[in-house]
Amino acid sequence: MQSLSNRKKVLEQKPMNFWERMYLPAIAKGLGITIRHFFKKIPTVKYPEEKRPYSKNFRGQHSLKRDEAGRERCTACGLCALSCPAEAITMIAAERKKGEEALYREEKYAAVYEINMLRCIFCGLCEEACPKEAIYLDGPHVTAEYLRKDFIYGKDKLVEPAFDIKKLIQDKSN
Amino acid sequence: MEGAFILEKLILVVIVFTVSLVIAMYSTLAERKIAGFMQDRYGPNRAGFGGLLQPLCDGGKFFFKEEIIPAGAHRSLFILGPTLAIITACISSAVIPWGQTLDINGRQITLQVADINVGVLYIFGVVALGVYGIMLGGWASNNKFSLLGAIRAASQSISYEIGMGLSIIALLMVTQTLSMSEIVAQQSGFVNWNIWVQPLGFLIFMTCAFAECNRVPFDLPECETELVGGYHTEYSSMKLGLYMFSEYINMFVSSALMAALYFGGYNFPFMHDLGLSPNWITILGVVAFFIKIFGFIFFFMWIRWTLPRFRYDQLMNLGWKMLIPLAIANIVLTGIITIVKDTYFA
Repeated sequence: MQSLSNRKKVLEQKPMNFWERMYLPAIAKGLGITIRHFFKKIPTVKYPEEKRPYSKNFRGQHSLKRDEAGRERCTACGLCALSCPAEAITMIAAERKKGEEALYREEKYAAVYEINMLRCIFCGLCEEACPKEAIYLDGPHVTAEYLRKDFIYGKDKLVEPAFDIKKLIQDKSN
Repeated sequence: MEGAFILEKLILVVIVFTVSLVIAMYSTLAERKIAGFMQDRYGPNRAGFGGLLQPLCDGGKFFFKEEIIPAGAHRSLFILGPTLAIITACISSAVIPWGQTLDINGRQITLQVADINVGVLYIFGVVALGVYGIMLGGWASNNKFSLLGAIRAASQSISYEIGMGLSIIALLMVTQTLSMSEIVAQQSGFVNWNIWVQPLGFLIFMTCAFAECNRVPFDLPECETELVGGYHTEYSSMKLGLYMFSEYINMFVSSALMAALYFGGYNFPFMHDLGLSPNWITILGVVAFFIKIFGFIFFFMWIRWTLPRFRYDQLMNLGWKMLIPLAIANIVLTGIITIVKDTYFA
């Protein structure tokens, strides 16, 4: 029957001719192929010594950002938790007391901010939802742990370390 | 037999033994490296520089593994199997001439352990013994896969020994001698190599050597896909290691044999035109011999990572219906050519 796609190939099973039964030409051809691979460039990346560069828009561990004065940007509005499709983010809000103006930028801040890294799918929606530019997924890979509870990252792991903005600008200009 | 002679031979034996063990050890690494490169990856490269300590790690691991002798196995034969395999593998290198004579303070030292006048027959005898190690091990294991592997090994080895012997007869018709040292000495220079007069014989010999070493594409005795592990299914620890080791030593010895019988052994091109002292020629000859041997070992591995395994009936067809008739034709052809040459071109 005529095949509709015209791509049908009928396999012919002829007995091998003398040349083919000698094996040797076919073996020589095979040897040629393997020796070509012997000298080919090897695509393996020798991992611990060599690392593949990350993509620029790689999404890794979250970090809670500080503003130029070193104050936490997060105002505990809860939009990130709301936007999270995996429901990985929880927080408890608190009101800023007098004397804490150097620590928190807004009058309301997150006293507890937890992300369950087992639930997180690193989609980046929290980053998009944040009105204060307080959360970014710009960290490294989230590492493995032995216990499930260790995957719940609190503020101790999430808030970026304090920095001196003047020194950073100076370093950059140098 | 004076003492110095015995000492000299003893030192040579120790050197040959050590060298063949070391080469067998590093063949395992070479095999994995070559496999890697042919499959577009690096093989083992963690232990030592470029993986050079890998064989030591493997050996150490073998020694520390638990040794299991199955309850139903025949204990003494089970132990005898790998012992026999490794002993026969080691003793076959005794008649291979590694080089010409070294002149040390007037003493002529021949670089050959035993220059017996039936060297080729000795090798055949020892190689034929080699299959007993596999057979005994497979049979004593009390395991059907082992037994099947052993049976395959036995029948394969018998079938291919015939082809091998017949291909050697044609060579002996040319060389007129069974002594290994004379066969190699006849091939001095480059044009006298036996490969030029016996190309077909060499091809048959090489194919049979592959089969005798149980190498791919003739590794049906172990054949993981069908027989679990073949004759060494029940073996563990260093006993398994010895089987592996004997396979690699066999490969080394057959490479040496092919190099000596067909590729001029320690002879290398322009050896008489260099104007060097005999000692230097001898040393260079040993180097040339080992280069040839390594070339053949590489070829063994190259074939392994190129060809798939034969089916058992294909193996038997190739052995009995192709190699043996070809070898006989080769003998007849060699005979005719020799007579024509002697009658008309003498």
